[in-house]
Amino acid sequence: MNQPEDFRQAVREWLEDNCPESMRSPLPSEAEACWGGRNFEFYSEDQRLWLERMAERGWTAPTWPTEYGGGGLNREEEKILKEELARIHARQPLISFGISMLGPALLKFGSEELKQQHLPPIVRGEIRWAQGYSEPNAGSDLASLQARCEDRGDHFILNGSKVWTSYGDLGDWMFCLVRTDIEAPKHKGISFVMFDMATPGVSTRPIRLISGKSPFTETIFDDVRVEKDQVIGTLNQGWTVAKYLLTHEREMIAGSGVSSAGTMSVSKTATKTIGTDNGVLRNTPLRADIARYEIDERCLELTIERARDEVKAGVSLGAAASMFKYYGTELNMRRQELLMAIGGNDALVWEGDASKDGDTPRQWLRSKGNSIEGGTSEIQLNIVAKHILGLPG
Amino acid sequence: MALVLNEEQRMLRDAARDFLTQRAPVSHLRQIRDSGNELGFSRELWDEIVEMGWTAILVPEEHGGLGYGYTGLGLLLEESGRTLTPSPLLGTALTGAAALILGGSPEQCAEVLPEVAAGQRILALACDETTLHQPERNSSQAVAAGDGYRLNGGKTAVMDGAAADTFIVSAATGQGISLFLVPAKANGVTVQPYPALDISIAAAVTFKDVELPATALLGALGEGQALLDRVLDIARIGASAELLGIAQEAFERTMNYLRERKQFGVLIGSFQALQHRAAQLHAEIEMCKSVVLKALQMLDEGAVDNAELASLAKAKLSTTAHKAACEAIQMHGGIGMTDEFDIGFFLKRCRILETLYGDRNFHLDRYARLRGY
Ligand SMILES: Cc1cc2nc3c(=O)[nH]c(=O)nc-3n(C[C@H](O)[C@H](O)[C@H](O)COP(=O)(O)OP(=O)(O)OC[C@H]3O[C@@H](n4cnc5c(N)ncnc54)[C@H](O)[C@@H]3O)c2cc1C
Repeated sequence: MNQPEDFRQAVREWLEDNCPESMRSPLPSEAEACWGGRNFEFYSEDQRLWLERMAERGWTAPTWPTEYGGGGLNREEEKILKEELARIHARQPLISFGISMLGPALLKFGSEELKQQHLPPIVRGEIRWAQGYSEPNAGSDLASLQARCEDRGDHFILNGSKVWTSYGDLGDWMFCLVRTDIEAPKHKGISFVMFDMATPGVSTRPIRLISGKSPFTETIFDDVRVEKDQVIGTLNQGWTVAKYLLTHEREMIAGSGVSSAGTMSVSKTATKTIGTDNGVLRNTPLRADIARYEIDERCLELTIERARDEVKAGVSLGAAASMFKYYGTELNMRRQELLMAIGGNDALVWEGDASKDGDTPRQWLRSKGNSIEGGTSEIQLNIVAKHILGLPG
Repeated sequence: MALVLNEEQRMLRDAARDFLTQRAPVSHLRQIRDSGNELGFSRELWDEIVEMGWTAILVPEEHGGLGYGYTGLGLLLEESGRTLTPSPLLGTALTGAAALILGGSPEQCAEVLPEVAAGQRILALACDETTLHQPERNSSQAVAAGDGYRLNGGKTAVMDGAAADTFIVSAATGQGISLFLVPAKANGVTVQPYPALDISIAAAVTFKDVELPATALLGALGEGQALLDRVLDIARIGASAELLGIAQEAFERTMNYLRERKQFGVLIGSFQALQHRAAQLHAEIEMCKSVVLKALQMLDEGAVDNAELASLAKAKLSTTAHKAACEAIQMHGGIGMTDEFDIGFFLKRCRILETLYGDRNFHLDRYARLRGY
């Protein structure tokens, strides 16, 4: 099959036959998303089927090579698949740090054995991954991390702690930055390791967020055994892998700046709630803010499309991931502010029907973390200034 | 269509950049201003531009043009934004030519377009009567008289007003608005030119009992509003392309300054207060590139209704280019305020294009309306 339109037709037909009806609508709430993993309880049989069928074709990781369970699609085919999924409002079959973060790093830096071991279970949603980067004293200055792996001959012993581990309590495995050389300058003594979170000595303590949920944890390591073959890249050269992974994390987060297909637009929400006079929203300052927001949202959408087309034409994204992360998160935060303004008193309800048990305010509060997680907005602007604009310092 | 330039378009852009930086850099604009030029641009340079084929880009081949399309012309406008090159390219080669291509009869096209391509006829859209752009507010009138029409009224802020050979004028015709091709030399036409803040020469134009033949009518009688809107949207996209050039150039000059100017013993580009503003502006300019390219591609694909994208582009570019020009002055410090230094020219030209055919507020309002709120 070499014609894009043939491919589109084939995708369309396959989706028609295989995407369960109940999976063709936007997620009613974050809680119903499919994360997979050893202990994941499917919300419905349809959800399980949808994941299984998509994973079977490798379309949970469309561009990964087929020998690791991926879909083997090129960028253009991936774009078509995305468009066809959006067309029927299909839900994402699997949300996974394994796919959006670890996978790309493994593919680029991992040994053949590590790829064979870890990639196929990620595609199938069997193993859920947690990210062990930040520590209490190493946030923006990530390279000053202190969690330490000591060499014990045929294995390492890990001690220390991580913090702000998203879904740390639900993770099956962790990819983790550790110090393996305490003498070397801070960027030079870091390694990128992986281990099963069921290993004795790993414990997590939930941390509650301002949004009332507790999807992240403090993660403590007390004499944890880490196998020596579970190092990605060269020992003590983990910083390179870490940075590469971050660009993928940032690209993923940037996508949150664009409303997902099928959700009601901010302006529609506003006209429904506030009403119009002669077709004009009854609150003119708010109307102008919404128009500015929707213009920027469309701009971001087009710029993501342009960046993808440029990558296809042979230009690398590189530090631009930081620009997208910055712009996308600031946009999502503006969207949440607008939805709060539109929601008025209803948006202040924490428990009750008026705001679906506080869905609006909880999402608004959660969005405040967008400009912090994955590296703060200030750090992204530093990166753009230095690596794209070539400013000194 | 992929949102990237193809090889041919990249070559066109590079050739334009070479030509403009050699033949018409910002010093050219300064020289035109200081020489008291009455047209607001140099005829000699215009001849060279014509020689390069830029006036023929949009004109179909059967009328002596290249039929190369909007994206190509947009790139030329973007490049002339970078060098602030004064010329009637936007008003004639884009807006005027588009009006004929979209609304002209075969005879009108055969008469006017070859002259546009050959640089022998300068066109100027005359549609504004109020100080803020409100193209639907129209008090000019054309009534049937003999075989043709008699035009009365007046227009303000007509770009390239002093140089224009033919005005494209909107006037009420009883049953809605119509557009007319009005020779600048016709009896009863009075042109009052004035220098605008960027050195270009605009004009107020009045029409007193101007007798027009039936062939002066552009498009169908009474259906001029729709045609005018389409032409305006194309002009707005063109102005956005030029603003994109201004924004990028002002920004790049400022980044160069940040990498060479020292204070407190260090380069000022090492100050984070400036770095973050620069990085934010960079992101905004990247957004602008995507919208302008998308809008130009839509025109090339022959889309009929470009209103939403045109307003999107004009609102975004007016905002961002303005910001880039203001930040350019601020980050240059005192020298940025001097006439001797070039950066101030960017703010001036920017202000003209921002205002042309609707500023950011106009287009914010229009965008919201088009989207149903
Ligand atoms: C919702 C959420 C989920 C997260 N999930 C994970 C996860 O799964 N795994 C993980 O490892 N981590 C995770 N994090 C942690 C996140 O990566 C860090 O919080 C982030 O990198 C910032 O570090 P910090 O919290 O120590 O803040 P700090 O680094 O102390 O920053 C405090 C303030 O100082 C500013 N600042 C710091 N340095 C500079 C500088 N050089 N220039 C200008 N300003 C500066 C920052 O921008 C910020 O405003 C998560 C965070 C959040 C909010």
